Amino acid sequence: MSEMSKIVRTISSISFPLIIIYGLYIISHGHLTPGGGFQGGAVVASGCAMILVAYGSIWTIGKMKEKNLSLLESIGAICFILLAIFGLGFGAVFFNNFLVGSDFLFGTIPSAGSTIANINTGGVIPLMNFAVGIKVIAGLFAIVLVMAHASSTMEEKK
Amino acid sequence: MSKRNFAAVVFFLVIAVFFFFSALMMHPFGVPEKADMDDEIIKGAQIETGTNNGVTSVVFDYRGFDTLGEATILFTAVAGVIMVFRRLKQ
Repeated sequence: MSEMSKIVRTISSISFPLIIIYGLYIISHGHLTPGGGFQGGAVVASGCAMILVAYGSIWTIGKMKEKNLSLLESIGAICFILLAIFGLGFGAVFFNNFLVGSDFLFGTIPSAGSTIANINTGGVIPLMNFAVGIKVIAGLFAIVLVMAHASSTMEEKK
Repeated sequence: MSKRNFAAVVFFLVIAVFFFFSALMMHPFGVPEKADMDDEIIKGAQIETGTNNGVTSVVFDYRGFDTLGEATILFTAVAGVIMVFRRLKQ
């Protein structure tokens, strides 16, 4: 995939940070507003795919190696499983929400009913959202990047 | 009509009859037969998991194994795609 015109490149580089901020907002507020790790990760990965389409795969693979992306994805998966195993260690069962009700982090319990959103709630759920978000960002962008790079190298061979 | 086409028509009719009767036998929309688990989750999600978003509390806490499976599927998909296209690049 070669790079597109200067207009497309300028517009996509202006809107790229806004898309990234919106996706990270969806990930970090997953326990308060609709969305979560998967949805926010898909938003951020779409922004990265937009940059890939605008600037071409050769420029993008110079900035972000696919090896680093798969490393990032594995880190997200390991964090997710480690949080679940911590539930087995500190709580009672696998996937136990051991942080809720504690004073450590994200431990506050909101009063029942519709309340004002407090980001310091949810126990391990925000941490799991972060882990799944990293995993989805890296995984989806790695798929798109590898496919685009392979197609551009096939074009060169022809 | 050949024998193969006749068999296809008979198969289609049998499947269509099954679908028709199963559509007639569905219970009405919005009236679940067993609502114990729903009520339990709706009542306890905010107090037990501390999240204001009930859907996320179900996805990441009550049904955490399901999310683990989803994450595994994504990991397998990424591993497969990278493996296939790395072969193609050389």
